[in-house]
Amino acid sequence: MNEDDRDRMKKLLQQALPPVDMDAEPTRDLWPAMLRRMDEEALAHPQAGINWAWFDGVLAVGLVLLIGSFPAAIPVILYYL
Amino acid sequence: MQSEPSNVLNLFREGDADAFESLFRHYQRSVYGWILRIVRDPAAAEDLTIESFWRIHRAHARFEPAQGFEGWARRIATHVALDWLRAKLRNSEVSAESCAELVAPLAADPAITAEIRSKTAQAFGRLPPKLRVAATLAVIEEQPQKDVAAALGISIAAVKVRLFRALRLLRNDLKRQGITP
Repeated sequence: MNEDDRDRMKKLLQQALPPVDMDAEPTRDLWPAMLRRMDEEALAHPQAGINWAWFDGVLAVGLVLLIGSFPAAIPVILYYL
Repeated sequence: MQSEPSNVLNLFREGDADAFESLFRHYQRSVYGWILRIVRDPAAAEDLTIESFWRIHRAHARFEPAQGFEGWARRIATHVALDWLRAKLRNSEVSAESCAELVAPLAADPAITAEIRSKTAQAFGRLPPKLRVAATLAVIEEQPQKDVAAALGISIAAVKVRLFRALRLLRNDLKRQGITP
Protein backbone atom coordinates (compact mmCIF):
# COMPACT_ATOMS: atom_id res chain seq x y z
CA MET A 1 0.00 0.00 0.00
CA ASN A 2 1.63 3.24 -1.14
CA GLU A 3 1.12 6.85 -0.06
CA ASP A 4 -1.64 7.47 -2.65
CA ASP A 5 -3.56 4.39 -1.50
CA ARG A 6 -3.33 5.59 2.10
CA ASP A 7 -4.57 9.05 1.16
CA ARG A 8 -7.52 7.59 -0.75
CA MET A 9 -8.40 5.29 2.13
CA LYS A 10 -8.16 8.19 4.56
CA LYS A 11 -10.46 10.33 2.43
CA LEU A 12 -12.93 7.48 2.06
CA LEU A 13 -12.90 6.81 5.80
CA GLN A 14 -13.45 10.45 6.67
CA GLN A 15 -16.39 10.58 4.27
CA ALA A 16 -17.89 7.40 5.71
CA LEU A 17 -17.18 8.23 9.37
CA PRO A 18 -16.72 11.99 9.71
CA PRO A 19 -14.74 13.24 12.73
CA VAL A 20 -16.69 13.77 15.95
CA ASP A 21 -17.63 17.34 16.73
CA MET A 22 -14.77 18.83 18.79
CA ASP A 23 -17.27 20.70 21.00
CA ALA A 24 -19.20 17.57 21.96
CA GLU A 25 -19.80 17.38 25.68
CA PRO A 26 -21.89 15.24 28.02
CA THR A 27 -25.62 15.99 28.06
CA ARG A 28 -25.55 16.16 31.88
CA ASP A 29 -23.23 16.67 34.83
CA LEU A 30 -21.70 13.24 35.37
CA TRP A 31 -20.57 13.84 38.95
CA PRO A 32 -23.86 12.70 40.60
CA ALA A 33 -23.66 9.45 38.60
CA MET A 34 -20.04 9.09 39.65
CA LEU A 35 -21.03 9.45 43.31
CA ARG A 36 -23.78 6.84 42.87
CA ARG A 37 -21.26 4.48 41.30
CA MET A 38 -18.86 4.96 44.21
CA ASP A 39 -21.66 4.36 46.74
CA GLU A 40 -22.80 1.20 44.93
CA GLU A 41 -19.26 -0.17 44.94
CA ALA A 42 -18.87 0.66 48.63
CA LEU A 43 -22.11 -1.21 49.43
CA ALA A 44 -21.26 -4.15 47.19
CA HIS A 45 -17.79 -4.53 48.70
CA PRO A 46 -18.04 -3.28 52.29
CA GLN A 47 -14.81 -5.05 53.21
CA ALA A 48 -12.90 -3.10 50.59
CA GLY A 49 -11.72 -0.58 53.15
CA ILE A 50 -10.28 -3.27 55.46
CA ASN A 51 -7.07 -4.82 54.29
CA TRP A 52 -6.84 -8.31 55.72
CA ALA A 53 -3.58 -9.97 54.95
CA TRP A 54 -3.88 -13.69 54.28
CA PHE A 55 -1.65 -14.53 57.22
CA ASP A 56 -4.00 -12.63 59.57
CA GLY A 57 -6.67 -15.17 58.63
CA VAL A 58 -4.28 -18.08 59.09
CA LEU A 59 -3.32 -16.78 62.55
CA ALA A 60 -6.96 -16.41 63.56
CA VAL A 61 -7.81 -19.95 62.41
CA GLY A 62 -4.72 -21.31 64.19
CA LEU A 63 -5.73 -19.55 67.39
CA VAL A 64 -9.26 -20.98 67.25
CA LEU A 65 -7.87 -24.49 66.66
CA LEU A 66 -5.40 -24.09 69.52
CA ILE A 67 -8.13 -22.99 71.91
CA GLY A 68 -10.41 -25.79 70.73
CA SER A 69 -7.72 -28.44 71.16
CA PHE A 70 -6.18 -27.13 74.37
CA PRO A 71 -8.70 -25.13 76.40
CA ALA A 72 -6.15 -24.98 79.19
CA ALA A 73 -4.10 -22.66 76.95
CA ILE A 74 -6.72 -19.88 77.24
CA PRO A 75 -5.24 -18.28 80.38
CA VAL A 76 -1.77 -18.32 78.77
CA ILE A 77 -3.12 -16.66 75.60
CA LEU A 78 -5.01 -14.07 77.65
CA TYR A 79 -1.85 -13.37 79.63
CA TYR A 80 0.05 -12.56 76.43
CA LEU A 81 -2.71 -10.42 74.88
CA MET B 1 -6.34 22.53 28.80
CA GLN B 2 -4.82 24.17 31.84
CA SER B 3 -3.25 21.61 34.15
CA GLU B 4 -4.20 21.18 37.76
CA PRO B 5 -1.96 22.54 40.54
CA SER B 6 0.47 19.93 41.79
CA ASN B 7 -0.99 20.00 45.31
CA VAL B 8 -4.34 18.75 43.93
CA LEU B 9 -2.54 15.95 42.11
CA ASN B 10 -0.61 15.01 45.24
CA LEU B 11 -3.78 15.06 47.33
CA PHE B 12 -5.54 12.87 44.75
CA ARG B 13 -2.66 10.39 44.90
CA GLU B 14 -3.15 10.20 48.65
CA GLY B 15 -6.84 9.38 48.15
CA ASP B 16 -8.37 12.78 48.95
CA ALA B 17 -12.04 12.80 47.85
CA ASP B 18 -12.20 16.57 47.24
CA ALA B 19 -9.13 16.42 45.01
CA PHE B 20 -10.77 13.60 43.03
CA GLU B 21 -13.94 15.64 42.59
CA SER B 22 -11.90 18.64 41.47
CA LEU B 23 -10.07 16.53 38.88
CA PHE B 24 -13.32 14.91 37.76
CA ARG B 25 -14.99 18.26 37.16
CA HIS B 26 -11.93 19.62 35.41
CA TYR B 27 -11.36 16.67 33.08
CA GLN B 28 -14.76 15.02 32.57
CA ARG B 29 -15.39 16.88 29.32
CA SER B 30 -11.97 16.07 27.93
CA VAL B 31 -12.21 12.38 28.89
CA TYR B 32 -15.77 12.21 27.52
CA GLY B 33 -14.65 13.76 24.21
CA TRP B 34 -11.79 11.31 23.90
CA ILE B 35 -14.01 8.31 24.56
CA LEU B 36 -16.68 9.64 22.19
CA ARG B 37 -14.11 9.79 19.40
CA ILE B 38 -13.43 6.08 19.93
CA VAL B 39 -16.90 4.65 20.56
CA ARG B 40 -18.95 7.22 18.58
CA ASP B 41 -21.98 6.71 20.79
CA PRO B 42 -22.85 9.63 23.14
CA ALA B 43 -24.82 7.59 25.70
CA ALA B 44 -22.13 4.91 25.89
CA ALA B 45 -19.45 7.61 26.11
CA GLU B 46 -21.13 9.06 29.21
CA ASP B 47 -21.27 5.66 30.91
CA LEU B 48 -17.69 4.90 29.92
CA THR B 49 -16.53 8.27 31.26
CA ILE B 50 -17.91 7.28 34.65
CA GLU B 51 -16.31 3.82 34.37
CA SER B 52 -12.98 5.46 33.47
CA PHE B 53 -13.08 7.79 36.45
CA TRP B 54 -14.03 4.88 38.68
CA ARG B 55 -10.90 3.03 37.52
CA ILE B 56 -8.93 6.27 37.97
CA HIS B 57 -10.26 6.57 41.50
CA ARG B 58 -9.29 2.97 42.33
CA ALA B 59 -5.82 3.43 40.85
CA HIS B 60 -5.06 6.72 42.65
CA ALA B 61 -2.12 5.25 44.58
CA ARG B 62 -0.38 4.30 41.32
CA PHE B 63 -0.71 7.80 39.88
CA GLU B 64 2.54 9.70 39.31
CA PRO B 65 1.84 13.45 39.60
CA ALA B 66 4.98 14.28 37.62
CA GLN B 67 3.51 12.61 34.51
CA GLY B 68 0.38 14.77 34.55
CA PHE B 69 -3.24 13.77 34.95
CA GLU B 70 -4.76 14.15 31.50
CA GLY B 71 -2.47 11.72 29.68
CA TRP B 72 -2.90 9.14 32.43
CA ALA B 73 -6.67 9.56 32.44
CA ARG B 74 -6.76 9.36 28.64
CA ARG B 75 -4.82 6.11 28.71
CA ILE B 76 -7.23 4.54 31.18
CA ALA B 77 -10.19 5.87 29.19
CA THR B 78 -8.78 4.39 25.98
CA HIS B 79 -8.60 0.96 27.57
CA VAL B 80 -12.13 1.29 28.94
CA ALA B 81 -13.36 2.21 25.45
CA LEU B 82 -11.39 -0.65 23.90
CA ASP B 83 -12.97 -3.11 26.35
CA TRP B 84 -16.39 -1.76 25.39
CA LEU B 85 -15.68 -2.17 21.66
CA ARG B 86 -14.52 -5.75 22.24
CA ALA B 87 -17.64 -6.57 24.24
CA LYS B 88 -19.81 -4.99 21.59
CA LEU B 89 -18.10 -6.94 18.84
CA ARG B 90 -18.64 -10.16 20.81
CA ASN B 91 -22.33 -9.29 20.96
CA SER B 92 -22.29 -8.83 17.16
CA GLU B 93 -23.45 -5.25 17.31
CA VAL B 94 -21.29 -3.61 14.72
CA SER B 95 -21.29 0.09 15.57
CA ALA B 96 -20.36 1.54 12.24
CA GLU B 97 -23.47 3.64 11.72
CA SER B 98 -24.13 4.91 15.21
CA CYS B 99 -22.82 8.44 15.05
CA ALA B 100 -24.89 10.23 12.46
CA GLU B 101 -26.11 13.13 14.57
CA LEU B 102 -22.91 14.01 16.42
CA VAL B 103 -20.40 14.30 13.62
CA ALA B 104 -18.94 17.57 12.45
CA PRO B 105 -20.38 18.79 9.17
CA LEU B 106 -18.23 17.66 6.27
CA ALA B 107 -18.79 18.37 2.61
CA ALA B 108 -19.77 15.12 0.92
CA ASP B 109 -17.59 14.13 -2.01
CA PRO B 110 -19.98 13.50 -4.94
CA ALA B 111 -17.62 10.81 -6.21
CA ILE B 112 -18.23 8.78 -3.05
CA THR B 113 -21.81 7.53 -3.06
CA ALA B 114 -23.93 6.91 0.01
CA GLU B 115 -23.68 3.18 -0.66
CA ILE B 116 -19.88 3.28 -0.68
CA ARG B 117 -19.88 5.33 2.53
CA SER B 118 -22.22 2.85 4.17
CA LYS B 119 -20.17 -0.18 3.09
CA THR B 120 -16.97 1.52 4.22
CA ALA B 121 -18.46 2.25 7.63
CA GLN B 122 -19.61 -1.35 7.97
CA ALA B 123 -16.22 -2.71 6.90
CA PHE B 124 -14.56 -0.41 9.40
CA GLY B 125 -16.82 -1.79 12.11
CA ARG B 126 -15.57 -5.29 11.29
CA LEU B 127 -11.92 -4.41 11.97
CA PRO B 128 -10.35 -5.83 15.14
CA PRO B 129 -10.99 -3.28 17.93
CA LYS B 130 -7.34 -2.46 18.60
CA LEU B 131 -6.78 -1.65 14.91
CA ARG B 132 -10.05 0.26 14.77
CA VAL B 133 -9.12 2.44 17.74
CA ALA B 134 -5.74 3.32 16.25
CA ALA B 135 -7.32 4.14 12.87
CA THR B 136 -10.19 6.10 14.42
CA LEU B 137 -7.89 8.31 16.43
CA ALA B 138 -5.06 8.76 13.94
CA VAL B 139 -6.88 8.72 10.58
CA ILE B 140 -10.45 9.87 11.18
CA GLU B 141 -9.87 12.18 14.15
CA GLU B 142 -6.37 13.18 12.96
CA GLN B 143 -4.84 13.03 16.42
CA PRO B 144 -1.02 13.16 16.50
CA GLN B 145 0.50 9.68 16.41
CA LYS B 146 2.45 10.35 19.59
CA ASP B 147 -0.83 11.09 21.43
CA VAL B 148 -2.38 7.91 20.03
CA ALA B 149 0.70 5.92 21.08
CA ALA B 150 0.57 7.38 24.59
CA ALA B 151 -3.16 6.66 24.92
CA LEU B 152 -2.73 3.06 23.78
CA GLY B 153 0.44 2.52 25.78
CA ILE B 154 2.43 1.50 22.70
CA SER B 155 5.26 3.00 20.62
CA ILE B 156 4.74 5.30 17.64
CA ALA B 157 6.17 2.54 15.44
CA ALA B 158 3.50 0.16 16.75
CA VAL B 159 0.81 2.75 15.95
CA LYS B 160 2.11 2.95 12.38
CA VAL B 161 1.98 -0.84 12.09
CA ARG B 162 -1.61 -0.88 13.36
CA LEU B 163 -2.62 1.86 10.91
CA PHE B 164 -1.02 0.01 8.02
CA ARG B 165 -2.77 -3.24 8.96
CA ALA B 166 -6.11 -1.48 9.52
CA LEU B 167 -6.07 0.26 6.14
CA ARG B 168 -4.91 -2.87 4.33
CA LEU B 169 -7.65 -5.00 5.92
CA LEU B 170 -10.20 -2.32 5.12
CA ARG B 171 -9.08 -2.06 1.50
CA ASN B 172 -9.22 -5.86 1.08
CA ASP B 173 -12.69 -5.98 2.66
CA LEU B 174 -13.94 -3.28 0.30
CA LYS B 175 -12.37 -5.01 -2.70
CA ARG B 176 -14.28 -8.17 -1.82
CA GLN B 177 -17.45 -6.06 -2.01
CA GLY B 178 -16.46 -4.74 -5.42
CA ILE B 179 -15.33 -1.33 -4.20
CA THR B 180 -11.90 -0.15 -5.29
CA PRO B 181 -10.83 2.77 -3.15
